[in-house]
Amino acid sequence: MVPDLNPVVLLFASIFTSNILLANFLGMCSFISISKDMKSSNGLGLAVTVVLTLTAMLNWVLLQYVLIPLDLLYLRYIIFIIVIAATVQILEMVIDRVSPALYMSLGIFLPLITVNCAILGVALFMQIRNYSFLQTVIFAFGSGLGWWLAIVALAAIQKKLVKAPVPAGLKGPGITLITIGFMAMAFIGFSGMLSVQ
Amino acid sequence: MNFLIAPIVVAVISGILAAAISIVDKIVNNYGEVNISINGGKKVLALNGGESLLSSLASQEIFIPSACGGRGSCGACKCQVTSDVGIHLPTEIPYLDKKEMAENIRLSCQVKVKADIDIMIPEDLFNVKKIKSKVLSIRDVTHDIKEVKFDLQGEEINFKAGRYVQLVVPPYNKIKGSTQRAYSMSSKPDDKGFVELLIRLVPGGIATTWAHTLLLVGMEVDLIGPFGDFERSETEATMVCVAGGSGMAPFKSILYDMFEKGEINREVWYFFGARTTKDVLYLEEMMELDSKWDKFHFIAALSEPEEESGWTGETGLITDVLDKYLKTKINKEKAREGYLCGSPGMIGACNNVLTANDITIDNIYYDNFA
Ligand SMILES: Cc1cc2nc3c(=O)[nH]c(=O)nc-3n(C[C@H](O)[C@H](O)[C@H](O)COP(=O)(O)OP(=O)(O)OC[C@H]3O[C@@H](n4cnc5c(N)ncnc54)[C@H](O)[C@@H]3O)c2cc1C
Ligand code: FES
Repeated sequence: MVPDLNPVVLLFASIFTSNILLANFLGMCSFISISKDMKSSNGLGLAVTVVLTLTAMLNWVLLQYVLIPLDLLYLRYIIFIIVIAATVQILEMVIDRVSPALYMSLGIFLPLITVNCAILGVALFMQIRNYSFLQTVIFAFGSGLGWWLAIVALAAIQKKLVKAPVPAGLKGPGITLITIGFMAMAFIGFSGMLSVQ
Repeated sequence: MNFLIAPIVVAVISGILAAAISIVDKIVNNYGEVNISINGGKKVLALNGGESLLSSLASQEIFIPSACGGRGSCGACKCQVTSDVGIHLPTEIPYLDKKEMAENIRLSCQVKVKADIDIMIPEDLFNVKKIKSKVLSIRDVTHDIKEVKFDLQGEEINFKAGRYVQLVVPPYNKIKGSTQRAYSMSSKPDDKGFVELLIRLVPGGIATTWAHTLLLVGMEVDLIGPFGDFERSETEATMVCVAGGSGMAPFKSILYDMFEKGEINREVWYFFGARTTKDVLYLEEMMELDSKWDKFHFIAALSEPEEESGWTGETGLITDVLDKYLKTKINKEKAREGYLCGSPGMIGACNNVLTANDITIDNIYYDNFA
């Protein structure tokens, strides 16, 4: 059964109240390591949004027209990951051609999007929740924007944190994780307003 | 048959995606025809983009020095790019200083030609040629150095004594790609028709293992050159030359060139460091030159002479011997210049000895065999 959801509500919910990163804690590794620099954060946010939307669409088609009809649902992990890997590979070649500067600044994190759990997470959510194609696109795009928003917000906070008197033992990942905890609480505060489960 | 469905589905989907990747690769990495404009348009080359600047130029017979053969480990292939080709890559930065970065000097083996590009190269490089030569003779001059003569088959290399050529080593055994290595010419510029190199075996080395085991008389080998800037200055200053092992090569060329051109009024001291008499190459030839040429002094220093050899020359480390002569024998009143050739370690150590004896760093020339 396709859930009955207002597209606008779904978009806002996936960006804010069910933020893939801060409510579901998916896609943490690159989030933590690249959020030190605003420009790379923006680049990676854009790349994640594009990959997320593209792969969710492709995966939806494969799910509905190949896996479900052939009763091969158990193959979804493998298929989803292959699709994600191929999409990232193609995107990498295109970015290298179109914007070498962006390619250089993303560095190792571009191929690492392949193993970004937010991407696989979204594909699995759309299957579990039985989304329609349109809902899948909106949900994936919204999750991408939400991830982007979160990483840019964290990069901005990190910029201020540089000047803060952080105890030596908490410098680096320690204070970053605590910060993310506070951000998550702020986002989850909205979760009563809109729900997409 | 149902058990086949899953593998087939995975295979088909993977196949389609792989095909998509290679199609995108074809489209995205096809840069079409691009122009390389050299020295403000003096020469314009049209070729297909996508290759490194070094190999793009080589394909049009313009050879940038590339002692490591394009692996990004020698820094010899520097070239100024005056159009925008993006920021310096992490592989280039270690070889460039601040000034070079500011002038957008790049390692041509690392920069990919993707669009029209403007570059500046020294005019000299237009003289560099690739010559199909034939091995004329191979001779052991010490237990680990071979003297190899190459017949240029009618071609000519015009060079100043001290320059080097790049030997093109074809793929062999497990070495898949063709490589290039730099070797100083030990023959004189006047020896038209052939070039002589002294190749010391580096255990496990790609080029030298090939040259010592697989290179045979009569084989055809490509040489690219001349390259480099090692040469004698045009002054009257006393030359203090120091070499070890195959570092003999450029000096052999320079010394015989001077002698034959009658530049014999210049004082030349040539220190050659080795372990035993077996490691000294051209000992007799150098002694003979010493006796024929008043102002030329050949000093071989052995660190471990064999008991039975009856060695009466200098013993000890080359740096100590050099220091002793600089302090006691070589006229300090006259201007002196240092010429060093060999491994980075030797060059560094001798540099210290020379500067400690008041030869300033701008008067020391060296050829680093790294
Ligand atoms: C301007 C210039 C002039 C040169 N002239 C001569 C010459 O006249 N005669 C000559 O024999 N060589 C000369 N060399 C050195 C030569 O170019 C090669 O580097 C050397 O022969 C080793 O090549 P390979 O392929 O056998 O070793 P590779 O496969 O490149 O290296 C194998 C290993 O040996 C080390 N190694 C590389 N070179 C040396 C070295 N010289 N001594 C000790 N270890 C080394 C490397 O770091 C590596 O670990 C010159 C180099 C330069 C840059
Ligand atoms: S050829 Fe050696 S660094 Fe480019």
